[in-house]
Amino acid sequence: MDLTILLFLVQDGVTNGAIYALLGFALVLVFAVTRIIFIPQGEFVAYGALTYAMLQAGHVPGTAYLLPIFALIALLFDLYAERSRITGGFLIRQGIEKIVVPLALLFAARELAGVSTIASLVLTVAIVSALGPHLYRIAFQPLADRSVLVLLIAAVGTHLALTGLGLVFFGAEGLRADALTDFSVDLGPLPVSGQNIAVYAATLLLIAGLYWFFERTVQGKALRATAVNRLGARLVGIRTKGTGKVALALAAGIGAVSGVLLAPMTTIYYDTGFVIGLKGFVAAIIGGLASYPLTAAAAITVGLIESFSSFFASDYKEVIVFTLLIPVLLVRSFTGKHTEDED
Amino acid sequence: MTNRIALCLFAFVVILAPFLPGFPPFWIILLDNIGLAAIVAIGLVVLTGVGGLTSFGQAALAGFGAYSAAVLTTHYGWSPLATLPVALAVSAFAAFFLGFVTVRLAGHYLPLGTIAWGLALYYLFGQLELLGRHDGISSIPALTVGGFSFHEPARLHAVIWGALLLSGIATLNLLDSRVGRAIRSLRRGSTMAESFGISASYAKLTVFVYAAVLAGLSGWLYAFFQSAVTPSPFNLNSGISYLFMAVVGGAGQVWGAIAGAFIITELRDVIQRVMPALLSDSALYEPIVFGVLLIILLQVAPDGLWPLVQRLLPEPKPRPVPVHADTLAGRDMPTARGEQILKVTDATKKFGGLTAVNGVNFGVKAGEIVALIGPNGAGKSTTFNLITGVLSLSSGSVSFAGQVISGIGQRRIAGLGIARTFQHVKLLPDMSVLENVALGGHLRGRKGFLSALVRADRREEASLFAEAARQIERVGLSEHMHKPAGSLALGQQRIVEIARALTMNPSLLLLDEPAAGLRHFEKGQLSELLSQLRAEGMSLLLVEHDMGFVMGLTDHIVVLDFGTKIAEGPPDVIRKHPAVLEAYLGGAAEPAKRSDAVSGGAEA
Repeated sequence: MDLTILLFLVQDGVTNGAIYALLGFALVLVFAVTRIIFIPQGEFVAYGALTYAMLQAGHVPGTAYLLPIFALIALLFDLYAERSRITGGFLIRQGIEKIVVPLALLFAARELAGVSTIASLVLTVAIVSALGPHLYRIAFQPLADRSVLVLLIAAVGTHLALTGLGLVFFGAEGLRADALTDFSVDLGPLPVSGQNIAVYAATLLLIAGLYWFFERTVQGKALRATAVNRLGARLVGIRTKGTGKVALALAAGIGAVSGVLLAPMTTIYYDTGFVIGLKGFVAAIIGGLASYPLTAAAAITVGLIESFSSFFASDYKEVIVFTLLIPVLLVRSFTGKHTEDED
Repeated sequence: MTNRIALCLFAFVVILAPFLPGFPPFWIILLDNIGLAAIVAIGLVVLTGVGGLTSFGQAALAGFGAYSAAVLTTHYGWSPLATLPVALAVSAFAAFFLGFVTVRLAGHYLPLGTIAWGLALYYLFGQLELLGRHDGISSIPALTVGGFSFHEPARLHAVIWGALLLSGIATLNLLDSRVGRAIRSLRRGSTMAESFGISASYAKLTVFVYAAVLAGLSGWLYAFFQSAVTPSPFNLNSGISYLFMAVVGGAGQVWGAIAGAFIITELRDVIQRVMPALLSDSALYEPIVFGVLLIILLQVAPDGLWPLVQRLLPEPKPRPVPVHADTLAGRDMPTARGEQILKVTDATKKFGGLTAVNGVNFGVKAGEIVALIGPNGAGKSTTFNLITGVLSLSSGSVSFAGQVISGIGQRRIAGLGIARTFQHVKLLPDMSVLENVALGGHLRGRKGFLSALVRADRREEASLFAEAARQIERVGLSEHMHKPAGSLALGQQRIVEIARALTMNPSLLLLDEPAAGLRHFEKGQLSELLSQLRAEGMSLLLVEHDMGFVMGLTDHIVVLDFGTKIAEGPPDVIRKHPAVLEAYLGGAAEPAKRSDAVSGGAEA
């Protein structure tokens, strides 16, 4: 192994690691706010990548149709839950959120498919992140007060359903998108592509954005308050149902961005997201499902281990990455503070 | 007992069914698949439904059993039966390892660990040369025992359902035992379990390994059923569907596992047979149907479907209280009456910047009732937790009968004879009052896991239940003995906690607000009971807000305010003590003095 290969492996590892970091953030965010161990995060990545690739190729993606369907089911849930106290204002808000916006996005996807990279990018993030709140409303909100375990089982059910829907709406064929830019710069013997730079920039921007959101905005503080104590947050007037939806919108948005970044680098299939998401999980668990900086560091480490093991023992790449969790859990088990979990 | 008889009858009917003339061979295969899945699901019922732990990795554990059988019979020429102990041991060891890594962590780390491991093992099965990589291992010989071949489908069918019957009975036995009650107590969090000397980690590990052995057994049978083993039946999705069976059927019940296995296996079969007629590609819809059904079920029938069936069945008869049982060994009081039994020295507990308990000193003499009083937030319950080892001291020490007990852990403290009740009642609401109280006798029993499986623990169980019944009678709740503990009024549940603590046969009893929620008459009864315990030589420390109750009953009172002891003495002195009056009634007259008392806790 010479220096060039070493550098390539490092670059590859850091790039993938940056994406795992994004997913790890989303998982930490969702867990902190809703206590859901969000297994379907990877499906948002696949949806994002496939939506972006289809829009770029001039096709209307399946997610554009899926969104109004999800919104409609969520609308029925809300109408049923609020059946005894429906007001005009409620109907207007619901109508905008669950009929007008999804249909507008569908219309935009039909009109703007294949027009420009920027349009595809914006539409992808808009469509996929809009799926998040509806998904929360349908699958998780009715279970919001149940144990972590029940939420976890529901998350696995959601993962199954979303993977199946991915197959129905995108088909079994893998897709790969064009690179965001042809730009490339040589760093010594190593060419660094614009795509790589975009991944690093997006990760750094998101870290900064999340920091700003949680430290400087009322919404962000409400999410943190909910994370610390749901009942207390409710008592001071925070709508905890709302915070769950915001968390899932953010997670879906982060997933979509990861998918867009990943789509030009590798072929994405409807079920590729799961394993990618789980690697984000390995990072999030190393971070104790709590710390963003630790998650980022862990994600880069996971990326590096993966890229080196794909060079030295490519058959055992996945085995090595997932077994990594065992020593991590062992260390946490004997050092971390233990929480009392009761249901 | 009826549950066991019903299970036997059911299994025998299924076992004999293929011998009926004209029984379709296709049904035998389907029933075998159901049986194999149900064995795994029974393990999950104990793990998830009873123990409150979840695993998505049971399929991978079954894979260990299947591959053990396949490798040993094809590569090394072992006889099929000889591979069974190896198969079970390999699955058990794998689970022990993963369990050892995760049991000390919060509950959701085990499922996450099993997801990661389920994936890793699946990839590993598909890569190892020894296991035939993705092609797997084929031409596994038929199961033969001493020359008798089970190649015939109906015979293997009998073996599979026989194994299911044995697993079911063993599980029923396990749940109805000392170890089983320990496993059931896990759902209430480890503090309660540990305060009765139950090791929560050990109980978790036991149940995880037990579930793994059942998975391994199912995998072992599967190898001979298919005569071939490939990685795909042991992937994460199969692991998810096993859990799905347990949840659908009703986690917590052996019958639920069988019902769940039946419903899911049948449903999958229907999807595969019926859907192609309606839609071009049925494989497409299977995950959607399962995923959506799982979510609907969690929202609509969170306890699964079996409890709905159970409502139609007659109520099971309550467990009879054993009449002729050995008496459990008692405990000698560690100190003579009147000598110091508990001594708290300079106890301090800081939570970050908040000092909850600040340099508190007091003692309890043997055969004395001491009350710990003070306004809300004074640090009374924290002091309880420091004595019983739930919390560790920031500084200072606690000693019991001359021995330092701070830092030795909740279980050893319980073992020395310190029992307690909780401010927030920690009973198992679905379990009967009798069983809840029997949990308190955990340390007075010896019989373990294996004795429970084969019911070699009946004598000891009879003694434990006789003792529990005696304590229930003593606290005056005999008429409620067989009701679920959760159905009692809150005040009565506190009394059940006292009976549970008494079943431990303690020399020091710590009661956290025992009179809260009781009516006047009931308070009188409780007061009498506590006086009687004192007369028998027991020492009591109680936290209580009802001053009438405290003043009439206790020998000595310690008053805390903002984590600091502000007074102690006999009730008559405390009643008139200026600092106490001030803490309770407000200190407008002497503001300077109040700020002194406050300084300890006000740093936060």
